[in-house]
Amino acid sequence: MALLELHGVDAFYGRVQALHGVTLEVDKGEIVALIGSNGAGKTTTLRTISGLMHPAQGTISFDGRDITFTEASKIVGLGICQSPEGRRLFARMSVIDNLYMGAYSRKDRAGIERDLKHVFELFPRVEERRAQLAGTLSGGEQQMLAMGRALMAKPKVLMLDEPSLGLAPILVETIFSVIKEINAEGVPVLLVEQNASKALAVAHRAYVLETGVVAKEGTGKELLESEDVQKAYLGM
Amino acid sequence: MSGLLAILWVIYLGAEDPAGLIATLVIGITDGAMFALVALGYTMVYGIIELINFAHGDVFTLGGFLGLPLLGLFGITSGTKFAWVYVPILVFVFVLVMGLNGLVNITIERVAYRPLRNAPRLAPLITAIGMSFILEGAMYLWRGPVSLRFPNLLPDTVASRFTSPAGHFGLNSGSTAAPLIDIGVKDVAVVISTVVLVILLSVFINRTKLGKAMRATAQDRDAAQLMGIDINRTISATFFIGAALAGAGGMIWALYFNSIRFDLGFTTGLIAFTAAVLGGIGNIEGAALGGLLIGIIRALNERYLSASWSDVVIFGILIMVLVFRPTGLLGMRVPEK
Repeated sequence: MALLELHGVDAFYGRVQALHGVTLEVDKGEIVALIGSNGAGKTTTLRTISGLMHPAQGTISFDGRDITFTEASKIVGLGICQSPEGRRLFARMSVIDNLYMGAYSRKDRAGIERDLKHVFELFPRVEERRAQLAGTLSGGEQQMLAMGRALMAKPKVLMLDEPSLGLAPILVETIFSVIKEINAEGVPVLLVEQNASKALAVAHRAYVLETGVVAKEGTGKELLESEDVQKAYLGM
Repeated sequence: MSGLLAILWVIYLGAEDPAGLIATLVIGITDGAMFALVALGYTMVYGIIELINFAHGDVFTLGGFLGLPLLGLFGITSGTKFAWVYVPILVFVFVLVMGLNGLVNITIERVAYRPLRNAPRLAPLITAIGMSFILEGAMYLWRGPVSLRFPNLLPDTVASRFTSPAGHFGLNSGSTAAPLIDIGVKDVAVVISTVVLVILLSVFINRTKLGKAMRATAQDRDAAQLMGIDINRTISATFFIGAALAGAGGMIWALYFNSIRFDLGFTTGLIAFTAAVLGGIGNIEGAALGGLLIGIIRALNERYLSASWSDVVIFGILIMVLVFRPTGLLGMRVPEK
Protein backbone atom coordinates (compact mmCIF):
# COMPACT_ATOMS: atom_id res chain seq x y z
CA MET A 1 0.00 0.00 0.00
CA ALA A 2 1.37 3.35 -1.04
CA LEU A 3 1.84 6.24 1.35
CA LEU A 4 -0.67 8.54 -0.36
CA GLU A 5 -3.42 7.08 -2.52
CA LEU A 6 -6.25 8.65 -4.47
CA HIS A 7 -8.83 6.28 -5.77
CA GLY A 8 -11.46 7.28 -8.34
CA VAL A 9 -11.71 10.85 -7.12
CA ASP A 10 -14.39 13.12 -8.61
CA ALA A 11 -14.36 16.77 -7.62
CA PHE A 12 -16.61 19.70 -8.50
CA TYR A 13 -16.54 23.48 -8.43
CA GLY A 14 -20.23 24.14 -8.08
CA ARG A 15 -21.73 22.23 -11.01
CA VAL A 16 -18.53 22.06 -12.98
CA GLN A 17 -16.73 18.78 -12.66
CA ALA A 18 -12.98 19.31 -12.39
CA LEU A 19 -11.78 15.77 -11.65
CA HIS A 20 -13.10 12.55 -13.18
CA GLY A 21 -12.09 9.42 -11.31
CA VAL A 22 -8.52 10.44 -10.62
CA THR A 23 -6.46 7.57 -9.27
CA LEU A 24 -2.87 8.12 -8.32
CA GLU A 25 -0.37 7.27 -5.64
CA VAL A 26 2.82 8.56 -4.10
CA ASP A 27 5.08 6.13 -2.30
CA LYS A 28 7.89 6.59 0.17
CA GLY A 29 11.01 8.13 -1.29
CA GLU A 30 9.43 9.09 -4.62
CA ILE A 31 9.22 12.26 -6.61
CA VAL A 32 5.94 12.05 -8.50
CA ALA A 33 5.19 14.67 -11.12
CA LEU A 34 1.70 15.72 -12.12
CA ILE A 35 1.76 17.45 -15.46
CA GLY A 36 -0.90 18.81 -17.75
CA SER A 37 -2.08 22.00 -19.32
CA ASN A 38 -3.92 24.86 -17.65
CA GLY A 39 -7.24 23.77 -16.22
CA ALA A 40 -6.39 20.06 -16.40
CA GLY A 41 -7.12 19.68 -12.67
CA LYS A 42 -3.62 19.60 -11.21
CA THR A 43 -4.24 22.24 -8.56
CA THR A 44 -7.68 20.81 -7.87
CA THR A 45 -6.05 17.45 -7.18
CA LEU A 46 -3.77 19.04 -4.59
CA ARG A 47 -6.62 21.03 -3.04
CA THR A 48 -8.61 17.85 -2.69
CA ILE A 49 -5.73 16.07 -1.00
CA SER A 50 -5.16 19.03 1.34
CA GLY A 51 -8.82 19.03 2.33
CA LEU A 52 -9.51 22.53 1.00
CA MET A 53 -12.20 20.78 -1.00
CA HIS A 54 -13.64 17.30 -0.69
CA PRO A 55 -14.30 14.70 -3.39
CA ALA A 56 -17.85 13.97 -4.47
CA GLN A 57 -16.80 10.40 -5.22
CA GLY A 58 -13.80 8.23 -4.46
CA THR A 59 -11.41 7.98 -1.56
CA ILE A 60 -8.12 9.45 -0.43
CA SER A 61 -5.94 7.63 2.04
CA PHE A 62 -2.69 8.51 3.68
CA ASP A 63 -0.47 6.17 5.66
CA GLY A 64 -3.23 3.59 5.66
CA ARG A 65 -5.93 5.89 7.00
CA ASP A 66 -8.90 7.36 5.20
CA ILE A 67 -8.58 11.15 4.90
CA THR A 68 -11.24 11.72 2.26
CA PHE A 69 -13.24 14.10 4.42
CA THR A 70 -10.61 15.20 6.90
CA GLU A 71 -10.61 18.98 7.45
CA ALA A 72 -7.83 20.99 5.87
CA SER A 73 -6.48 22.21 9.20
CA LYS A 74 -6.02 18.60 10.38
CA ILE A 75 -4.28 17.37 7.23
CA VAL A 76 -1.01 19.18 7.95
CA GLY A 77 -0.76 17.57 11.34
CA LEU A 78 -0.82 14.18 9.59
CA GLY A 79 2.22 15.17 7.54
CA ILE A 80 0.82 16.31 4.20
CA CYS A 81 2.15 19.76 3.44
CA GLN A 82 1.45 21.92 0.47
CA SER A 83 3.27 24.85 -1.01
CA PRO A 84 0.31 26.26 -2.91
CA GLU A 85 0.09 27.73 -6.37
CA GLY A 86 0.96 31.42 -6.39
CA ARG A 87 2.94 30.82 -3.18
CA ARG A 88 0.23 32.35 -0.97
CA LEU A 89 2.62 33.77 1.57
CA PHE A 90 1.41 35.94 4.43
CA ALA A 91 2.55 39.12 2.70
CA ARG A 92 2.21 41.39 5.70
CA MET A 93 4.10 39.12 8.06
CA SER A 94 7.84 38.84 8.36
CA VAL A 95 9.78 36.06 6.66
CA ILE A 96 10.55 34.43 9.99
CA ASP A 97 6.89 34.60 11.09
CA ASN A 98 5.88 32.97 7.81
CA LEU A 99 8.27 30.12 8.58
CA TYR A 100 6.91 29.74 12.09
CA MET A 101 3.36 29.68 10.71
CA GLY A 102 4.52 26.67 8.70
CA ALA A 103 5.26 24.92 12.00
CA TYR A 104 1.89 25.97 13.45
CA SER A 105 0.64 22.44 14.05
CA ARG A 106 3.85 21.29 15.75
CA LYS A 107 4.70 21.38 19.44
CA ASP A 108 8.30 20.11 19.47
CA ARG A 109 10.23 23.35 19.93
CA ALA A 110 13.66 21.84 19.56
CA GLY A 111 12.63 20.13 16.33
CA ILE A 112 11.16 23.36 14.97
CA GLU A 113 14.40 25.24 15.59
CA ARG A 114 16.37 22.41 13.99
CA ASP A 115 14.17 22.50 10.90
CA LEU A 116 14.41 26.29 10.75
CA LYS A 117 18.18 25.98 10.60
CA HIS A 118 17.86 23.37 7.88
CA VAL A 119 15.57 25.62 5.81
CA PHE A 120 18.16 28.38 6.12
CA GLU A 121 20.83 25.97 4.91
CA LEU A 122 18.74 25.09 1.88
CA PHE A 123 17.85 28.74 1.19
CA PRO A 124 20.52 31.12 2.50
CA ARG A 125 18.73 33.99 0.77
CA VAL A 126 15.71 33.44 2.98
CA GLU A 127 17.84 33.77 6.09
CA GLU A 128 19.26 37.08 4.87
CA ARG A 129 15.73 38.41 4.59
CA ARG A 130 14.34 36.96 7.80
CA ALA A 131 13.13 40.27 9.28
CA GLN A 132 11.64 41.61 6.06
CA LEU A 133 7.92 41.47 5.23
CA ALA A 134 7.26 38.53 2.96
CA GLY A 135 5.39 40.71 0.45
CA THR A 136 8.54 42.72 -0.24
CA LEU A 137 10.60 39.73 -1.42
CA SER A 138 11.37 39.06 -5.06
CA GLY A 139 9.49 36.28 -6.85
CA GLY A 140 12.34 33.81 -6.45
CA GLU A 141 12.79 34.57 -2.78
CA GLN A 142 9.05 34.22 -2.26
CA GLN A 143 9.11 30.79 -3.86
CA MET A 144 11.99 29.70 -1.63
CA LEU A 145 10.12 31.02 1.39
CA ALA A 146 6.96 29.17 0.34
CA MET A 147 8.90 25.91 0.07
CA GLY A 148 10.68 26.60 3.35
CA ARG A 149 7.36 27.28 5.02
CA ALA A 150 6.02 23.94 3.82
CA LEU A 151 9.16 22.18 5.06
CA MET A 152 8.69 23.72 8.50
CA ALA A 153 5.67 21.47 8.96
CA LYS A 154 7.96 18.43 8.85
CA PRO A 155 6.23 16.83 5.88
CA LYS A 156 5.84 13.11 5.36
CA VAL A 157 4.83 14.07 1.85
CA LEU A 158 5.51 17.45 0.30
CA MET A 159 3.22 18.82 -2.39
CA LEU A 160 4.60 21.62 -4.53
CA ASP A 161 2.27 23.50 -6.85
CA GLU A 162 4.08 25.19 -9.75
CA PRO A 163 7.27 25.98 -7.86
CA SER A 164 9.05 27.24 -10.98
CA LEU A 165 6.26 29.45 -12.28
CA GLY A 166 7.45 32.89 -13.34
CA LEU A 167 11.03 32.40 -12.20
CA ALA A 168 14.23 33.22 -14.07
CA PRO A 169 15.94 30.14 -15.59
CA ILE A 170 18.78 30.22 -13.08
CA LEU A 171 16.30 30.19 -10.18
CA VAL A 172 14.38 27.36 -11.79
CA GLU A 173 17.61 25.33 -11.65
CA THR A 174 18.05 26.19 -7.96
CA ILE A 175 14.47 25.22 -7.13
CA PHE A 176 14.73 21.87 -8.92
CA SER A 177 18.04 21.02 -7.31
CA VAL A 178 16.55 21.77 -3.90
CA ILE A 179 13.59 19.54 -4.72
CA LYS A 180 16.01 16.71 -5.44
CA GLU A 181 17.89 17.46 -2.24
CA ILE A 182 14.72 17.40 -0.14
CA ASN A 183 13.75 14.13 -1.73
CA ALA A 184 17.22 12.68 -1.12
CA GLU A 185 16.65 13.38 2.58
CA GLY A 186 13.74 10.96 2.40
CA VAL A 187 10.74 13.26 1.82
CA PRO A 188 8.41 12.09 -0.96
CA VAL A 189 7.39 14.92 -3.27
CA LEU A 190 4.24 15.35 -5.33
CA LEU A 191 5.21 17.94 -7.90
CA VAL A 192 2.72 19.85 -10.01
CA GLU A 193 4.41 21.57 -12.91
CA GLN A 194 3.77 23.24 -16.23
CA ASN A 195 7.45 22.98 -16.96
CA ALA A 196 6.97 19.36 -17.98
CA SER A 197 10.47 18.62 -19.23
CA LYS A 198 12.10 19.74 -15.97
CA ALA A 199 9.49 17.97 -13.88
CA LEU A 200 9.77 14.69 -15.81
CA ALA A 201 13.55 14.85 -15.62
CA VAL A 202 13.56 14.81 -11.80
CA ALA A 203 10.48 12.62 -11.27
CA HIS A 204 10.62 8.91 -10.59
CA ARG A 205 7.07 8.54 -11.82
CA ALA A 206 4.59 10.88 -13.41
CA TYR A 207 0.93 11.30 -14.31
CA VAL A 208 -0.48 13.31 -17.18
CA LEU A 209 -3.80 14.99 -16.43
CA GLU A 210 -6.09 16.01 -19.27
CA THR A 211 -9.36 17.79 -18.45
CA GLY A 212 -9.63 16.10 -15.10
CA VAL A 213 -8.73 12.61 -16.27
CA VAL A 214 -5.46 10.74 -15.79
CA ALA A 215 -4.54 10.29 -19.46
CA LYS A 216 -1.18 8.68 -19.01
CA GLU A 217 1.16 7.43 -16.35
CA GLY A 218 4.63 5.98 -16.21
CA THR A 219 8.15 6.63 -15.08
CA GLY A 220 9.56 10.07 -15.69
CA LYS A 221 11.82 8.67 -18.36
CA GLU A 222 9.05 6.83 -20.17
CA LEU A 223 6.91 9.92 -20.39
CA LEU A 224 9.82 12.10 -21.47
CA GLU A 225 10.31 9.71 -24.37
CA SER A 226 6.62 9.28 -25.18
CA GLU A 227 5.68 10.89 -28.45
CA ASP A 228 2.27 12.12 -27.26
CA VAL A 229 3.79 13.82 -24.26
CA GLN A 230 6.57 15.35 -26.33
CA LYS A 231 4.04 16.76 -28.73
CA ALA A 232 1.57 18.04 -26.21
CA TYR A 233 3.75 19.25 -23.35
CA LEU A 234 7.34 19.45 -24.43
CA GLY A 235 6.82 21.41 -27.60
CA MET A 236 8.80 18.98 -29.73
CA MET B 1 -3.25 68.89 1.11
CA SER B 2 -6.51 69.20 2.99
CA GLY B 3 -4.71 67.75 5.99
CA LEU B 4 -2.19 70.58 5.78
CA LEU B 5 -4.96 73.17 5.66
CA ALA B 6 -6.62 71.57 8.67
CA ILE B 7 -3.37 71.66 10.63
CA LEU B 8 -2.83 75.32 9.72
CA TRP B 9 -6.36 76.05 10.85
CA VAL B 10 -5.74 74.34 14.18
CA ILE B 11 -2.51 76.32 14.66
CA TYR B 12 -4.43 79.49 13.92
CA LEU B 13 -7.07 78.56 16.50
CA GLY B 14 -4.32 77.82 18.98
CA ALA B 15 -2.83 81.25 18.49
CA GLU B 16 -6.21 82.91 18.97
CA ASP B 17 -7.25 81.10 22.12
CA PRO B 18 -4.83 78.45 23.41
CA ALA B 19 -6.89 77.48 26.44
CA GLY B 20 -10.02 76.92 24.41
CA LEU B 21 -8.15 74.85 21.86
CA ILE B 22 -6.49 72.67 24.46
CA ALA B 23 -9.76 72.09 26.26
CA THR B 24 -11.30 71.10 22.93
CA LEU B 25 -8.45 68.76 22.15
CA VAL B 26 -8.87 67.07 25.54
CA ILE B 27 -12.53 66.44 24.75
CA GLY B 28 -11.56 65.21 21.29
CA ILE B 29 -8.91 62.82 22.54
CA THR B 30 -11.22 61.40 25.21
CA ASP B 31 -14.07 60.84 22.77
CA GLY B 32 -11.58 59.60 20.21
CA ALA B 33 -10.26 56.98 22.61
CA MET B 34 -13.78 55.59 22.97
CA PHE B 35 -14.37 55.62 19.21
CA ALA B 36 -11.05 53.84 18.78
CA LEU B 37 -12.15 50.97 21.02
CA VAL B 38 -15.22 50.44 18.86
CA ALA B 39 -13.35 50.99 15.58
CA LEU B 40 -10.91 48.19 16.46
CA GLY B 41 -13.71 45.64 16.38
CA TYR B 42 -14.95 46.81 12.98
CA THR B 43 -11.49 46.69 11.52
CA MET B 44 -10.55 43.30 12.97
CA VAL B 45 -13.73 41.62 11.77
CA TYR B 46 -13.43 43.26 8.37
CA GLY B 47 -9.80 42.22 8.20
CA ILE B 48 -10.57 38.56 8.76
CA ILE B 49 -13.83 37.92 6.91
CA GLU B 50 -14.34 41.12 4.91
CA LEU B 51 -17.65 41.77 6.57
CA ILE B 52 -18.79 45.11 7.89
CA ASN B 53 -20.36 43.94 11.09
CA PHE B 54 -23.18 46.42 11.42
CA ALA B 55 -24.19 44.84 14.72
CA HIS B 56 -20.89 45.93 16.23
CA GLY B 57 -22.15 49.35 17.37
CA ASP B 58 -24.95 47.61 19.26
CA VAL B 59 -22.51 45.16 20.80
CA PHE B 60 -20.81 48.29 22.13
CA THR B 61 -24.07 49.49 23.70
CA LEU B 62 -24.64 46.03 25.10
CA GLY B 63 -21.42 46.43 27.12
CA GLY B 64 -22.99 49.29 29.05
CA PHE B 65 -26.31 47.45 29.37
CA LEU B 66 -24.60 44.38 30.83
CA GLY B 67 -22.38 46.46 33.09
CA LEU B 68 -25.21 48.25 34.88
CA PRO B 69 -26.88 45.22 36.53
CA LEU B 70 -23.49 43.67 37.24
CA LEU B 71 -22.46 46.80 39.13
CA GLY B 72 -25.82 46.56 40.88
CA LEU B 73 -24.88 43.11 42.18
CA PHE B 74 -22.14 44.82 44.15
CA GLY B 75 -24.52 47.39 45.55
CA ILE B 76 -23.43 50.09 43.15
CA THR B 77 -26.46 52.06 42.02
CA SER B 78 -26.88 55.16 39.96
CA GLY B 79 -26.34 57.38 43.00
CA THR B 80 -23.05 55.81 44.07
CA LYS B 81 -20.06 58.14 44.06
CA PHE B 82 -16.42 57.37 43.58
CA ALA B 83 -14.55 55.61 46.37
CA TRP B 84 -11.34 53.61 46.19
CA VAL B 85 -13.07 50.42 47.36
CA TYR B 86 -14.99 50.40 44.11
CA VAL B 87 -11.89 50.25 41.95
CA PRO B 88 -11.31 46.47 42.18
CA ILE B 89 -15.06 45.88 41.71
CA LEU B 90 -14.99 48.08 38.65
CA VAL B 91 -12.06 46.20 37.18
CA PHE B 92 -13.78 42.89 37.89
CA VAL B 93 -17.03 44.04 36.26
CA PHE B 94 -15.06 45.29 33.26
CA VAL B 95 -13.48 41.91 32.74
CA LEU B 96 -16.84 40.19 33.18
CA VAL B 97 -18.57 42.52 30.70
CA MET B 98 -15.80 42.03 28.18
CA GLY B 99 -16.06 38.26 28.48
CA LEU B 100 -19.88 38.19 28.26
CA ASN B 101 -19.87 40.58 25.33
CA GLY B 102 -17.31 38.41 23.58
CA LEU B 103 -19.49 35.33 24.02
CA VAL B 104 -22.51 37.18 22.64
CA ASN B 105 -20.53 38.19 19.56
CA ILE B 106 -19.21 34.65 19.02
CA THR B 107 -22.82 33.49 19.09
CA ILE B 108 -23.79 36.16 16.58
CA GLU B 109 -21.05 35.01 14.23
CA ARG B 110 -22.10 31.37 14.62
CA VAL B 111 -25.76 32.05 13.96
CA ALA B 112 -25.76 34.91 11.47
CA TYR B 113 -22.45 34.93 9.58
CA ARG B 114 -20.83 31.51 9.54
CA PRO B 115 -23.62 29.75 7.65
CA LEU B 116 -23.24 32.45 4.97
CA ARG B 117 -19.48 32.39 4.73
CA ASN B 118 -19.46 31.18 1.15
CA ALA B 119 -22.57 33.08 0.13
CA PRO B 120 -22.36 36.31 -1.89
CA ARG B 121 -21.03 39.28 0.13
CA LEU B 122 -24.39 40.96 0.31
CA ALA B 123 -26.01 38.13 2.30
CA PRO B 124 -23.98 38.44 5.54
CA LEU B 125 -24.17 42.23 5.23
CA ILE B 126 -27.95 41.96 5.38
CA THR B 127 -27.89 39.56 8.33
CA ALA B 128 -25.49 41.97 10.06
CA ILE B 129 -28.04 44.76 9.72
CA GLY B 130 -30.66 42.31 10.96
CA MET B 131 -28.54 41.43 13.99
CA SER B 132 -28.18 45.14 14.70
CA PHE B 133 -31.96 45.53 14.84
CA ILE B 134 -32.32 42.41 16.94
CA LEU B 135 -29.81 43.64 19.51
CA GLU B 136 -31.37 47.09 19.66
CA GLY B 137 -34.80 45.54 19.94
CA ALA B 138 -33.68 43.23 22.73
CA MET B 139 -32.17 46.12 24.69
CA TYR B 140 -35.32 48.17 24.09
CA LEU B 141 -37.50 45.37 25.45
CA TRP B 142 -35.18 44.85 28.37
CA ARG B 143 -34.84 48.41 29.64
CA GLY B 144 -37.25 50.49 27.58
CA PRO B 145 -36.73 53.60 25.45
CA VAL B 146 -35.27 55.71 28.24
CA SER B 147 -31.73 56.77 28.99
CA LEU B 148 -30.39 54.58 31.76
CA ARG B 149 -28.69 56.46 34.56
CA PHE B 150 -25.20 55.15 35.10
CA PRO B 151 -23.33 55.63 38.38
CA ASN B 152 -20.81 58.45 38.34
CA LEU B 153 -18.04 56.19 39.57
CA LEU B 154 -15.14 58.08 38.10
CA PRO B 155 -14.07 60.99 40.30
CA ASP B 156 -15.06 64.42 39.06
CA THR B 157 -11.90 65.93 40.42
CA VAL B 158 -9.38 67.71 38.28
CA ALA B 159 -6.27 65.73 37.48
CA SER B 160 -4.18 68.56 36.28
CA ARG B 161 -4.79 72.26 36.35
CA PHE B 162 -2.30 74.45 34.66
CA THR B 163 -2.23 77.91 33.26
CA SER B 164 -2.49 78.40 29.59
CA PRO B 165 0.82 77.66 27.97
CA ALA B 166 0.46 80.77 25.84
CA GLY B 167 3.15 82.47 27.85
CA HIS B 168 5.58 79.67 27.09
CA PHE B 169 5.10 80.12 23.39
CA GLY B 170 5.53 83.86 23.65
CA LEU B 171 1.94 84.41 22.57
CA ASN B 172 -0.55 86.61 24.40
CA SER B 173 2.41 87.89 26.31
CA GLY B 174 0.53 90.99 27.25
CA SER B 175 -2.20 89.27 29.25
CA THR B 176 -1.57 88.91 32.94
CA ALA B 177 -4.22 86.44 34.03
CA ALA B 178 -3.80 83.45 31.74
CA PRO B 179 -6.93 81.27 31.68
CA LEU B 180 -6.86 77.92 33.44
CA ILE B 181 -7.16 74.61 31.68
CA ASP B 182 -8.62 71.66 33.54
CA ILE B 183 -8.01 68.07 32.62
CA GLY B 184 -10.35 65.83 34.59
CA VAL B 185 -9.45 62.52 36.19
CA LYS B 186 -12.30 61.11 34.11
CA ASP B 187 -10.59 62.04 30.87
CA VAL B 188 -7.28 60.67 32.01
CA ALA B 189 -8.92 57.43 33.14
CA VAL B 190 -10.63 56.99 29.77
CA VAL B 191 -7.47 57.57 27.81
CA ILE B 192 -5.31 55.39 30.04
CA SER B 193 -7.72 52.46 29.99
CA THR B 194 -7.93 52.71 26.20
CA VAL B 195 -4.17 52.84 25.83
CA VAL B 196 -3.79 49.81 28.10
CA LEU B 197 -6.36 47.84 26.09
CA VAL B 198 -4.78 48.77 22.76
CA ILE B 199 -1.32 47.77 24.00
CA LEU B 200 -2.68 44.44 25.27
CA LEU B 201 -4.35 43.88 21.91
CA SER B 202 -1.22 44.72 19.99
CA VAL B 203 0.92 42.36 22.10
CA PHE B 204 -1.66 39.64 21.65
CA ILE B 205 -1.87 40.07 17.87
CA ASN B 206 1.85 40.34 17.28
CA ARG B 207 3.36 38.01 19.86
CA THR B 208 1.04 35.13 20.64
CA LYS B 209 0.47 32.08 18.50
CA LEU B 210 -3.29 32.62 18.31
CA GLY B 211 -2.75 36.28 17.46
CA LYS B 212 -0.41 35.40 14.62
CA ALA B 213 -2.85 32.76 13.43
CA MET B 214 -5.55 35.44 13.34
CA ARG B 215 -3.35 37.66 11.19
CA ALA B 216 -2.51 34.76 8.93
CA THR B 217 -6.21 33.93 8.52
CA ALA B 218 -6.94 37.57 7.69
CA GLN B 219 -4.26 37.63 4.99
CA ASP B 220 -5.00 34.32 3.29
CA ARG B 221 -7.65 31.99 4.57
CA ASP B 222 -6.73 28.98 2.42
CA ALA B 223 -3.04 29.30 3.13
CA ALA B 224 -3.82 29.57 6.84
CA GLN B 225 -5.69 26.28 6.66
CA LEU B 226 -2.75 24.69 4.88
CA MET B 227 -0.64 25.68 7.90
CA GLY B 228 -3.04 23.73 10.11
CA ILE B 229 -4.87 26.78 11.44
CA ASP B 230 -8.48 26.10 12.37
CA ILE B 231 -10.01 29.18 10.80
CA ASN B 232 -13.31 28.80 12.63
CA ARG B 233 -11.38 29.16 15.84
CA THR B 234 -9.43 32.23 14.71
CA ILE B 235 -12.59 33.87 13.38
CA SER B 236 -14.38 33.21 16.68
CA ALA B 237 -11.40 34.65 18.54
CA THR B 238 -11.56 37.77 16.41
CA PHE B 239 -15.24 38.29 17.15
CA PHE B 240 -14.58 37.67 20.83
CA ILE B 241 -11.79 40.21 21.07
CA GLY B 242 -13.59 42.82 18.97
CA ALA B 243 -16.67 42.55 21.19
CA ALA B 244 -14.61 42.56 24.38
CA LEU B 245 -13.03 45.86 23.34
CA ALA B 246 -16.39 47.27 22.29
CA GLY B 247 -17.89 46.13 25.60
CA ALA B 248 -15.12 47.90 27.48
CA GLY B 249 -15.83 50.91 25.29
CA GLY B 250 -19.54 50.76 26.19
CA MET B 251 -18.71 50.61 29.91
CA ILE B 252 -16.26 53.49 29.60
CA TRP B 253 -18.78 55.52 27.63
CA ALA B 254 -21.50 54.93 30.20
CA LEU B 255 -19.21 55.74 33.12
CA TYR B 256 -18.02 58.90 31.40
CA PHE B 257 -21.38 60.28 30.33
CA ASN B 258 -23.36 58.57 33.13
CA SER B 259 -26.09 57.55 30.76
CA ILE B 260 -26.73 55.05 28.03
CA ARG B 261 -29.65 54.31 25.75
CA PHE B 262 -30.55 51.28 23.64
CA ASP B 263 -29.94 53.08 20.34
CA LEU B 264 -26.61 54.63 21.26
CA GLY B 265 -24.77 52.12 19.10
CA PHE B 266 -26.33 53.28 15.86
CA THR B 267 -24.58 56.65 15.55
CA THR B 268 -21.57 55.72 17.65
CA GLY B 269 -21.15 52.64 15.50
CA LEU B 270 -21.26 54.66 12.31
CA ILE B 271 -18.76 57.17 13.68
CA ALA B 272 -16.43 54.38 14.76
CA PHE B 273 -16.87 52.73 11.37
CA THR B 274 -15.82 56.00 9.74
CA ALA B 275 -12.80 56.03 12.04
CA ALA B 276 -11.89 52.51 10.91
CA VAL B 277 -12.22 53.48 7.25
CA LEU B 278 -10.22 56.67 7.79
CA GLY B 279 -7.39 54.70 9.40
CA GLY B 280 -7.53 52.02 6.72
CA ILE B 281 -10.05 49.26 7.24
CA GLY B 282 -8.41 46.02 8.29
CA ASN B 283 -5.51 47.85 9.90
CA ILE B 284 -5.40 47.81 13.69
CA GLU B 285 -3.08 50.77 14.25
CA GLY B 286 -5.17 52.59 11.66
CA ALA B 287 -8.35 52.06 13.67
CA ALA B 288 -6.76 53.50 16.79
CA LEU B 289 -5.43 56.49 14.87
CA GLY B 290 -8.69 56.98 12.99
CA GLY B 291 -10.67 56.91 16.23
CA LEU B 292 -8.45 59.57 17.74
CA LEU B 293 -8.62 61.79 14.65
CA ILE B 294 -12.38 61.51 14.33
CA GLY B 295 -12.76 62.37 18.02
CA ILE B 296 -10.60 65.47 17.60
CA ILE B 297 -12.27 66.53 14.37
CA ARG B 298 -15.67 66.15 15.96
CA ALA B 299 -14.68 68.17 19.02
CA LEU B 300 -13.15 70.95 16.90
CA ASN B 301 -16.27 71.06 14.79
CA GLU B 302 -18.54 71.25 17.80
CA ARG B 303 -16.60 74.10 19.33
CA TYR B 304 -15.74 76.19 16.31
CA LEU B 305 -18.39 75.36 13.76
CA SER B 306 -21.65 73.84 14.83
CA ALA B 307 -22.57 70.72 16.74
CA SER B 308 -25.53 70.15 14.47
CA TRP B 309 -23.10 69.73 11.57
CA SER B 310 -21.08 66.97 13.27
CA ASP B 311 -22.66 64.08 11.44
CA VAL B 312 -22.38 65.91 8.14
CA VAL B 313 -18.69 66.54 8.70
CA ILE B 314 -18.00 62.96 9.78
CA PHE B 315 -19.87 61.32 6.94
CA GLY B 316 -18.35 63.86 4.58
CA ILE B 317 -14.99 62.51 5.71
CA LEU B 318 -16.22 58.95 5.16
CA ILE B 319 -17.24 59.77 1.60
CA MET B 320 -14.03 61.66 0.86
CA VAL B 321 -11.88 58.81 2.14
CA LEU B 322 -13.83 56.23 0.16
CA VAL B 323 -13.55 58.30 -3.01
CA PHE B 324 -10.02 59.66 -2.80
CA ARG B 325 -8.14 57.24 -0.59
CA PRO B 326 -10.06 53.99 -0.16
CA THR B 327 -7.14 52.33 1.61
CA GLY B 328 -7.30 54.96 4.37
CA LEU B 329 -4.36 56.61 6.08
CA LEU B 330 -2.51 53.44 7.00
CA GLY B 331 -4.12 51.03 4.55
CA MET B 332 -2.30 47.98 3.23
CA ARG B 333 1.14 49.24 2.36
CA VAL B 334 2.59 45.95 1.19
CA PRO B 335 1.27 44.86 -2.18
CA GLU B 336 -0.02 41.33 -2.45
CA LYS B 337 1.97 39.58 -5.13
